[in-house]
Amino acid sequence: MAAEGLEARLAQPAPIPLDAELSCRPGELLALVGPSGAGKTTILRAIAGIIRPRHGRIACNGEIWFDAARDISLPPQRRRVGLVFQDYALFPHLSARANVTAALGHVPRAKRGARAHALLDLVHLSGLGERRPDQLSGGQRQRVALARALAREPAVLLLDEPFAAVDQVTRRKLQRELALLRRAIAAPTILVTHDLAEAAALADRMTVLHHGKTLQHGTPDEIANRPASPLVARLMDQPNVFAGTVAARNPAAGLLTLRWDAIALEARDDGHFPPGATVSWTIAASAIVMHRRERPSRGERENPVSGTIAELLFFGDTALVSLRVGERADASVLTFSVSAHTARRNALAPGAAATVSLLADAIHLMPPGE
Amino acid sequence: MDWTALRLSLALALWTTLVLLPLAVLIARALAWRRFPGKGFVEALIALPLVLPPTVLGYYMLAAAGRAAPLGQLYEAAFGAPLVFTFEGLVAASLLVNLPFAVQPLQRAFEAVPEQLREAAWCSGLSRAATFARIEMPLAWPGLASAAALTFAHTLGEFGVVLMVGGSIPGETRTISIAIYDRVQAFAMGEAAAMSAALLAFSFIAVGVVYGLGQRGLVRRR
Repeated sequence: MAAEGLEARLAQPAPIPLDAELSCRPGELLALVGPSGAGKTTILRAIAGIIRPRHGRIACNGEIWFDAARDISLPPQRRRVGLVFQDYALFPHLSARANVTAALGHVPRAKRGARAHALLDLVHLSGLGERRPDQLSGGQRQRVALARALAREPAVLLLDEPFAAVDQVTRRKLQRELALLRRAIAAPTILVTHDLAEAAALADRMTVLHHGKTLQHGTPDEIANRPASPLVARLMDQPNVFAGTVAARNPAAGLLTLRWDAIALEARDDGHFPPGATVSWTIAASAIVMHRRERPSRGERENPVSGTIAELLFFGDTALVSLRVGERADASVLTFSVSAHTARRNALAPGAAATVSLLADAIHLMPPGE
Repeated sequence: MDWTALRLSLALALWTTLVLLPLAVLIARALAWRRFPGKGFVEALIALPLVLPPTVLGYYMLAAAGRAAPLGQLYEAAFGAPLVFTFEGLVAASLLVNLPFAVQPLQRAFEAVPEQLREAAWCSGLSRAATFARIEMPLAWPGLASAAALTFAHTLGEFGVVLMVGGSIPGETRTISIAIYDRVQAFAMGEAAAMSAALLAFSFIAVGVVYGLGQRGLVRRR
């Protein structure tokens, strides 16, 4: 069956261990996220054909690019990938235009000039075509790299941390440009990044990678709010991961009772865990709602939890609150943020008492442990 | 001025440079980018002519390629003429002596070409040959020019090995450096001075070219 888009399954024990599976449909942007050293770049290089993993299979639009079992491995020249390297890898001795033209070998010679011009136009570099890479800014270099990758009319576009080497302001600008440009790119696009906010902002779907192993696929929302395991939650920078026990189920209401230390919480029942099961659970910081001191607000009856403020940090407009739930020193700590304004109005301070609601719908149960 | 000797020296330098550079490019590229067992050994072997007295090298050339040695006999059977005490023999000896002068600058130059650029070229659809011609060589060309200039100048000034494997046959193996030695032995200091000055000028130009390119390379990298 000729599947549209890219399908890759890669495995090897060394030198960089891999046990990864990912797929990307045409027109889709898949973010490959994970900490440094997770094997993200290695996977891109394997898809591009620069390295050859021990086991696995890569197919693009039904064409097999790599199949270890059948000893098939097309060279990079025959894979039609557009790869934007992390530090762009522009040819330093060639002008921006010549960099783009170098990837137009499949186009008749007479049409290359016009095509290169159009590509430079697309990435807002018209007029800078004759400059060499060392005469361009970081952001302009990234655009040349993108134009060169698109010049191949790639069957899959691979972006390796394309925003890592530029300053914050340029990064925002380039990210917005990519979001706009995406509409014109039909090829499946894989974006490697360790920046979760970037992945969430740009990607349709996300694949989480850790030590070369793909842990979860899903929309950025799913992965942030419904991580498959405590490890994924941790990789997603989710601080609120706790242990608990399923005390009882109430299928009629679609709810279950979760015992968390001495507290009983109501949580949505996905039907995955029987009564008595030990679980890990997490809740998005945005679903932890502070009770106001003077007047009650929405959801006050929902899972009220009281504690002592252990730490209060102001980051510009927001205040990061750590709430110790219980008296003991090793008691669980809930972390969430409120606006700085709210924190001041409610006179939040370390040592003060506070009550929050944990919204039942946002409590997510996972298998215990890693 | 011994014009025959000067012409011979220039011919020897030219042939050595032309034959050695393609070989040196292959060797330097492999040494720069590949990892293989015995690489350090190979590098040491290539550097050996830098420290070995030319007479020692010449001696081994004679021992290995002389008319009584198997290699020499093989060559004579194949080409109908002996290798030692001929111009071809001089070229062969020159190739060996100049290996480090040609390989080392090229190896440094190829090492300075980031591997990612080659990968980027492949991903852009450039074949390995096109990558070599359009990306690798243009970036490594200061190394190539250095290798050429050093090899050329060093061959012009070669003395020990040439004397050992070539003797001093006019028009065949008497190079300008041998001719200078000859003239000094015969107390013809005027002639020796003229030829020395010519050699000095050639060498200075060649080394100047090398240093000039080195500077430009630095400027470009910045």
